[in-house]
Amino acid sequence: MRIVCPFCGERELGEFTYLGDAKPVRPAADAGEDAVYDYVYLRDNIAGVMSENWYHGGGCRAWLKVTRNTLTHEISAVEPAAGAGAAKVGA
Amino acid sequence: MAVAQTNRLGNGGLIDRSAPLSFRFDGKSFSGFQGDTLASALVANGVKLVGRSFKYHRPRGILTAGSEEPNALVELRSGSRREPNTKATTAELYEGLEAASQNRWPSLRFDVMSVNQLFAPIFVAGFYYKTFMWPAKFWEAIYEPAIRRAAGLGRAAGVADPDHYDKAWAHCDVLVAGSGPAGLAAALAAGRSGARVILCEEDFAFGGRLLSDGGTIDGLPAAEWLLRTLAELAAMPDVRIMNRTTLFGVYDGGTYGALERVNDHLPSPPEHQVRQRLWRIVAKRCVVAAGALERPIVFAGNDTPGVMMASAMRTYVGRYAAAPAKRIALFTNNEDGWRTVETALGAGLQIAAVIDARPDISSAHRSLASKNGFTVLHGAVSGVDGGKDGVRKIAVSLTGGARAEVEADGLAVSGGWNPAVGLTSYHRGRPKWRDDIAAFVPDGAPPGMVAAGAANGDFGLGACLSQGFAAGAAAAHDAGHGGKAGTAPVADDEAFSVTPLWHVAGKGKAFVDYQHDVTASDIELAQREGFESVEHLKRYTTLGMATDQGKTSNVAGLAIMAAVSGRSIPETGTTIYRPPYVPVAIGAFAGHHRDETFHATRLTPSHHWAAEQGAVFVDTGLWKRAQWYPRAGEKDWLESVTREVKAVRSGVGFCDVSTLGKIDVHGPDAGAFLDRVYINTFSNLAVGKARYGLMLREDGIVYDDGTTSRLAEDHYFLTTTTAKAGLVMQHLEFCRQVLFPELDVQLTSVSDQWAQFSIAGPKTRDLLKEIVDPTEDLSNEGFPFMGAREVALRGGIKARLFRISFSGEMAFEISVPARYGEAMARNLMLAGKSFGVTPYGTEALGVMRIEKGHIAGPELSGTTTAADLGLDKMMSTKKDFIGRVMAGREALVAPDRQVVVGIKPTDKARRLRSGAHIIPKGQTPGPGNDQGYVTSVCFSPASDQWIGLALVERGRERIGEIVHAHDPIRGEDYDVELCNPVFYDPDGGRQRG
Ligand SMILES: [Zn+2]
Repeated sequence: MRIVCPFCGERELGEFTYLGDAKPVRPAADAGEDAVYDYVYLRDNIAGVMSENWYHGGGCRAWLKVTRNTLTHEISAVEPAAGAGAAKVGA
Repeated sequence: MAVAQTNRLGNGGLIDRSAPLSFRFDGKSFSGFQGDTLASALVANGVKLVGRSFKYHRPRGILTAGSEEPNALVELRSGSRREPNTKATTAELYEGLEAASQNRWPSLRFDVMSVNQLFAPIFVAGFYYKTFMWPAKFWEAIYEPAIRRAAGLGRAAGVADPDHYDKAWAHCDVLVAGSGPAGLAAALAAGRSGARVILCEEDFAFGGRLLSDGGTIDGLPAAEWLLRTLAELAAMPDVRIMNRTTLFGVYDGGTYGALERVNDHLPSPPEHQVRQRLWRIVAKRCVVAAGALERPIVFAGNDTPGVMMASAMRTYVGRYAAAPAKRIALFTNNEDGWRTVETALGAGLQIAAVIDARPDISSAHRSLASKNGFTVLHGAVSGVDGGKDGVRKIAVSLTGGARAEVEADGLAVSGGWNPAVGLTSYHRGRPKWRDDIAAFVPDGAPPGMVAAGAANGDFGLGACLSQGFAAGAAAAHDAGHGGKAGTAPVADDEAFSVTPLWHVAGKGKAFVDYQHDVTASDIELAQREGFESVEHLKRYTTLGMATDQGKTSNVAGLAIMAAVSGRSIPETGTTIYRPPYVPVAIGAFAGHHRDETFHATRLTPSHHWAAEQGAVFVDTGLWKRAQWYPRAGEKDWLESVTREVKAVRSGVGFCDVSTLGKIDVHGPDAGAFLDRVYINTFSNLAVGKARYGLMLREDGIVYDDGTTSRLAEDHYFLTTTTAKAGLVMQHLEFCRQVLFPELDVQLTSVSDQWAQFSIAGPKTRDLLKEIVDPTEDLSNEGFPFMGAREVALRGGIKARLFRISFSGEMAFEISVPARYGEAMARNLMLAGKSFGVTPYGTEALGVMRIEKGHIAGPELSGTTTAADLGLDKMMSTKKDFIGRVMAGREALVAPDRQVVVGIKPTDKARRLRSGAHIIPKGQTPGPGNDQGYVTSVCFSPASDQWIGLALVERGRERIGEIVHAHDPIRGEDYDVELCNPVFYDPDGGRQRG
């Protein structure tokens, strides 16, 4: 598999680390235990297109949001995480 | 004395007759020529019997002339280079080659196990499942060893492989698999268009079928066209043509696996060269021109030595000038088989008869027969009379029912052609059936891949050239190259007609899968027993599961299953194709990653100095760390480690702790960021101070610990454990980039930038004064416990100095740029000479931390909470942090959790070992009363006995209780007392002093 890092260009799978589904959002501090439980443990098992967190540890150390088809491994989009890159968001 | 090459033709062939080579097969000497394979040289020497079959030990000969060979597997080379299951058909001949037949005892011609044939009824499909089911314990003791002796193929060398293997990357626009007419035309078109091209050819010679079959291309003899084309390709700077290279796999994103047999054609690789090289090729487009494989027809005795694929026979005759037989019969169901007759006649060999299963043949063939005096029989071969000496007589069932007999010493068989659909099917593409050629052709190829020529089911030479050329030009265009491809090479198409014939009924074993000894009746039996699905058929009969992956057998197997189950072949379907296309040695996948280069090795900045000191090193992850520094006269490691600990506690010692992960945290929100990732608060840490921190995973379990120092308002310096250095960096980047992008903070890994030493012991300050610039105040007032700041060293180098203590002694950690690490170690030794400074290793470090009750890796086990470690008071209630909510779950705050506690044996002389289970005293050990286990132990010089840390249920409430330690692994049982985990200086006066 090859991933086009927005900062480094097309690189080989071995440079990246997979984390998992990029959809769950960390709940606010006061969201309560159930919300955090869902966030930590409950995952959809998607057969098809999903967005995933990948880490370019063998390159620029950016976290990337990769849109990948789990059936074909086809990657249709790669975006940097909100805080990836040199400057803070909005700066 | 070598046997003369009795079956070598007087002229012709692509062998170099001026370069004779001698070789040995089963101890007997033979000769061949440069350009031979082992198989062609054996053919030239009249050797027909080359092996015994897997299950029945049937005598077997050479069936094919390529990598699809199921029979002619040999052990090649000897000693540590002995390589089992090597195909004689692809092994290039070299001077002194040694090969041995496999699976026979005591000799190839007389094999005891061939009596297996008499017991054939018990070796039917599924016999492993049926015969050896019960009782289970018999399997290991009796069945398996017996089967292993009787069945199986070659023997592995049994010792380490002495050769080197390499791994390499390559990138191109257009990758071409195969250098037959289609592949060459594709490379030509793509190369002319300006694309970067890599062409892989598994053979040592380029040309594919042109080498055997010849033909006329662009008005030139094929051989001439081949030379001209190879020269044109060689002149293109962006075209790379690789022989001895098999494209074996297709992976995601246009990544391909190829194995280059760099030096397999030599007795051993030349010095400093590799044996094989594993290529990962990244290509925008791929043209599969891997050709087609001729398929056998299943009939009784079809495995008799001397029965050979028709195309293989003309390869031996045409390419190698070696006659597999003197008087040849052909059994064919298609037009192409007749080309073998033409080739054989051209070489002066005799044709005994042609048995053609088709209802009619062309008048040209009829006149060829009458001109050359052989008969054409309409019908099918129903039996072969032969045995280990090879084909003698062939029984024929004529159309209409009559029988005939043909005397011949070789039988060429052609059942039609199967396009090589492996590469195109590796992404689960299912090949589709084409009735006109009675074969599966590629369908659903991976993105960017296209098949051309025979691999696509179009067998004519002209079609191969035009299709290959068009595919190459289109691939180059798709990859962004618009150059002019010019005109395609032109040749006539040969006629191709086939009347499907898969299986001829008859008496005797008719083999479908030669390598696994699967017969037509095995498939019929499987169908009767309900194993109709092709995936079940495959596993029940083991059809297609041998090292050849059923290249010559799968389609015939499907066809027979289709016939007996009353379905069509496409309805029956194919099994899933998986790489590798040919077996690839594990060594090639490993490359240089073996032995001491299995993984990268990281050396601490003071490594070479430590090695000079005679340090014993221990592997911790990728690191080599000094474990202890033995001195002359010390009888064991314990004596050395005890000395080191005592030296530190009474004087001063130092230890390289550079392996800790180090991260600079910069930015106005650095403190806020750290507050969210640690359970305790860092935003309120004063500049110039250090603080111990603990981080959790989001599920509430402890992740890592370390000290973090605030060097400036917006600059923290964070350390991690050695083991988690990379993972913590990844985790913190995730927090920064994904979870908290609103924070203005940056992280920089500086693990490799700083050499860090722990200097510990009551004389630490005296030693430091010799190192640090005299203007720096190191007094308790000027540099209190948990102080942290930059200092100047004597000579002006800037260092970071931290007053932190893992040992419990008065201690500092000092960081200098990594390039000064070794000099720092030497300087500490020099400056500390008068104080008896002692370098200490990770063992002494561990002893002192256990004596102090500090947690480390064994306690940070991925199962413990902050409370388990006695650190729950650090958990801030005034802020959110990673893991906060889940840490409060019922089970993680349950009162009966196993928590860290100290242990000491009631027998003061007893040694402790970690891993022992803690059981209430007086109870019989069992899972029901297992209350925890011992995590860390050491001999404590301070306590003058062995001490340890353990995770024990309610341990902190049970201080003083005597419990039982049960160690079933080492067979030890003894009592220990639960105690305060801080064994040394519990009020911490020494480190503050
Ligand atoms: Zn990157």
